[in-house]
Amino acid sequence: MTDASPLLDVRHLSVDYHSDNGTVHAVTDVSFTLHRGEILGIAGESGCGKSTLAYAITQLLGPLAEISAGEMLYYGAGRPHPVASREPCSPSAMERGRAASKADQREQRTQPALSDLPSPSADGEQGSREATGGLGVGPSALPSPSADGVGPLGVGPAPVDILRLSPRRLRALRWSELAIVFQSAMNALNPVMTIGTQIMDVLRAHRPAMTRAQRQDRAAELLRLVGIAPERLKSYPHELSGGMRQRAAIAIALALLPPIIIMDEPTTALDVVVQREILNEIVQLRDQLHFALIFITHDLSLLLELADTIAIMYAGRIVEQGAQRDLYRHPRHPYSYGLLNAFPTLTGEQHAMYGIPGTPPDLRQPPAGCAFHDRCPLAFSACTAKLPVLQPWPVATTQTVACHLYNPRLHATPPTTAEIAASYAALAEGRTSR
Amino acid sequence: MRHLIRRLSIYVLAIWAAVTLNFFLPRLAPGNPAEAVFTRLSQQGPVSPNTLHALEIEFGVNTTDPLWVQYLKYLNNLLHGNLGVSTFYFPNSVSAVIAQNIRWTLVLLSVSVLLSFTLGSLIGVFMAWKRGSALDSILSSLMTFFYSILFPWLALLAAYFLGYVLGWFPFADGYNTRLTPGWSPDFILSAAYHAILPALTIIVSTVAGWMLTMRNSMITTLSEDYVLMARAKGLSTARVMFAYAARNAILPSVTGFAIALSAVVGGQLLVETVFSYPGIGFALFQAIQSQDYALADGILLLVIIATVVLNFIADLLYAVLDPRVRQERSA
Amino acid sequence: MRQSPASPATFDRAAQPAWSARLGALLRRSWSLVTLNRKVMLGSGIVGFFILVAIFGPLFVTQDPLKYTYDLVAPPSPAHLLGTNQGGQDVFSQLVVGTRSSLGWSFVAGLIVMAISVTIGLVSGYFGGFIDDVFSVITNVFLVIPSLPLAIVAVQYFNRSTFTVALVVALTNWPWGARVLRAQTLSMRSREFITAAKASGERTWRIIFFEIFPNQISIVAASFITTTIQVLLAVAGLEFLGFGDQATISWGIMLNSAYTGSALFQGAWWWFAPPGICIALLGSGLALLNFGIDEIADPRLRLKARRAPRGKAATA
Repeated sequence: MTDASPLLDVRHLSVDYHSDNGTVHAVTDVSFTLHRGEILGIAGESGCGKSTLAYAITQLLGPLAEISAGEMLYYGAGRPHPVASREPCSPSAMERGRAASKADQREQRTQPALSDLPSPSADGEQGSREATGGLGVGPSALPSPSADGVGPLGVGPAPVDILRLSPRRLRALRWSELAIVFQSAMNALNPVMTIGTQIMDVLRAHRPAMTRAQRQDRAAELLRLVGIAPERLKSYPHELSGGMRQRAAIAIALALLPPIIIMDEPTTALDVVVQREILNEIVQLRDQLHFALIFITHDLSLLLELADTIAIMYAGRIVEQGAQRDLYRHPRHPYSYGLLNAFPTLTGEQHAMYGIPGTPPDLRQPPAGCAFHDRCPLAFSACTAKLPVLQPWPVATTQTVACHLYNPRLHATPPTTAEIAASYAALAEGRTSR
Repeated sequence: MRHLIRRLSIYVLAIWAAVTLNFFLPRLAPGNPAEAVFTRLSQQGPVSPNTLHALEIEFGVNTTDPLWVQYLKYLNNLLHGNLGVSTFYFPNSVSAVIAQNIRWTLVLLSVSVLLSFTLGSLIGVFMAWKRGSALDSILSSLMTFFYSILFPWLALLAAYFLGYVLGWFPFADGYNTRLTPGWSPDFILSAAYHAILPALTIIVSTVAGWMLTMRNSMITTLSEDYVLMARAKGLSTARVMFAYAARNAILPSVTGFAIALSAVVGGQLLVETVFSYPGIGFALFQAIQSQDYALADGILLLVIIATVVLNFIADLLYAVLDPRVRQERSA
Repeated sequence: MRQSPASPATFDRAAQPAWSARLGALLRRSWSLVTLNRKVMLGSGIVGFFILVAIFGPLFVTQDPLKYTYDLVAPPSPAHLLGTNQGGQDVFSQLVVGTRSSLGWSFVAGLIVMAISVTIGLVSGYFGGFIDDVFSVITNVFLVIPSLPLAIVAVQYFNRSTFTVALVVALTNWPWGARVLRAQTLSMRSREFITAAKASGERTWRIIFFEIFPNQISIVAASFITTTIQVLLAVAGLEFLGFGDQATISWGIMLNSAYTGSALFQGAWWWFAPPGICIALLGSGLALLNFGIDEIADPRLRLKARRAPRGKAATA
């Protein structure tokens, strides 16, 4: 699903919380690249910094948090949305199980480009994203690729660093390029405002040329897209079920068809059946709309079904990253293995399940060396002394891992997955026999 | 709707309780108020013995009627707007005196409460938004002091400095007494001019409460996910601040309106007295000073009813502001 | 200002350590919070000062506050630190001696309110059903009755004493606390430790007052303090206008003499200002305590440590 061009490049990002009893290094030196249309999963225990990472990317950190280092390069600004440059999706695929879109009957409306978007490109490409009066999913609403004259995607305008945008530019970039879905839609939706108004609010702020009726139509269309009856526009959040609320939150996120959506534990607050529905919905929408997704969860098993790439976070750092398939078959970092086996996978295969002993470290005083060393069944002398850095391993696959076990100079032979499993088993037996 | 009906029945009950209280107060009181009033009246001039009898019925002394008959008679009188005769404003009836004074009080009260609520809440919003700033810290400490300032004390200070020393505003009466009350522009201007100091006193001593309530509520609201999401949506600052944060943060203030109001009403009575403002507060003061029991009782009853009505308005407002209340909310 | 409801250990030694341990921990925590929170620290400092003055102040006053002298309306001097009033009485010694009455009545009324609101709130929330319905109606009815006008009228029928005013203010101020406590109790009723206590056959009144009550101390304290401020202001306000007992010495009575004696218009600020400032100061101290308690109860109001890194449900 992904194409090669990078969309968001996070480099050496660090976030600190300043409190009276010390500075908490919630995120330390995190780097990753998100590609167009990619689903990047970020997993870790609570307090590992994954939510902080989401807030940092969306620039929503509270007054006590500080981004102490790093940059976040965004490549999408001012360029056409992937949807516009792609083959128009077949109408039948778009309307799968949905009511017919009103966009079909509507004429195309041209709207002024977001002039204050940080775009150095003056080649008129921007217009293509704004050109759709409707949602952009109906065939007629989609400009044909040829008409746009879109160039090769890899060669874009210079990236912008989201962290260094002026407030005005940041506000313009928000939601139109980067939307977020929060863990609990009950809390994320304004309780005294109808769902419709909350969708239309976005349109009013970012698409000032739209008329009231157009906003109304588009909001209805968005609800249909996520499987909610358009009559619900007039409903207040408390009148919807938990699943519907989360769908509504997703509809709001889709309002401007942003290239990137961040979802922070979007299904955690839901029961299992609804959780499954929402996940299917997300996958389906991604296939239709081709947004890139950063999916944050503590439940690694969800990512195994959903993500293209997975990053595992521990104590504010990414300890392992790789393609979903590789990480699933061969988790390299002992922590990844432990996390992977903490949940029964939905796809079968009976594992022996061992929990990871111990608790995450105090991020005010992270332990010396590898933060995981005191919980790691395979820790050796180097682990307490030296901080492992993320490096590719093995060269043939997509994986990078921050673990001394894979450093030939420190550890002669890297462990196989079976050996990691065995070490956990031994640890568990040791605990029970004691 | 069910919620409002339930509130309404509570208020009817409250009024009934007030009425009943008003009936029992003179009957529980030690001594013989009828006699006291009669003595006072006869000092002012000749009074017929019938008056004593009327007073005795009113206060429930020296009567052979059982209590419940007295109570029914009392209720019947009330329903006919008969609150007795004022001894201070003799021979005016209590209802006439109240009707005369209530307008002044209502105008002064509603103007100052509205201004104070709006101003205080607005400033509270900004304090929370700029939380931790110099403005916030200075206002917070200042408001903590004003929060518990004594109404009449402040009134007297205002009368002295702004009225007496600086001579900016009149500090006694509700209007220029050389004018004849009426709807003439001169009179209305004069009334507005005279209302400035009392209103200012009430606003200054109540604004702190609204401000601090709003500030705290707003701070709590600002860390809600829906406010974060509104920011993430790239909405304008004003939209985030008002439509998302303040709109929710105002709800506790509206709920707290009932409690605040009863304090404001009390405070207003005191302020009116200091400024000799021709409202029911000053009338109540004079009634007590001259032991005009009937007038005092009537005013008390009226103040309670007014508070109840204002509370009901606050409830209506709440129902408009919070869609959740229409569903289910425990009282 | 810290709450220490009669050391629980003396009450029933054999009972399960759960609540006594909890209360002990709570007191330790309160102590650390008193020293940690700036508002609470400042507030308890101010209130503590006035309490000390109320208790010990009269012992140090050398001049009889009621004694008439020929120094009429004299400005402050070494002989009269805050000058004299129109009867030549020493304002400073009146101020010190008056603290006791002003503060004492406020606390007494605060305690009455606390007792009523705790009883009604807890009982109503714990039992629910019919009892709750009845109490809720009573609470809501009392909630809308304004206390000051009622107090004024009550003063006319009964004797003009601070007691009457304090009693009326207390009787009209309990509903707020009761309502909040009821809601809290309701939500606490289904918690595990209550279920456990019920299952172990603990008596109902013990559950209410020893299991639930200690968890609501912050609300109880807040309602106590709010009432204290209300009574302070109500009593002083009424005394200011002459509805007080002229034979006593209190800040309100002092203000009344300044008011009727046109102190301000004679330029005698020392006669008029000090009692008003003391009332506002004491009120501010109490309010600070209240705000501090709010901050303790709702960490979001604190400037420090906002929004810790989030994330739900640990693995393993």
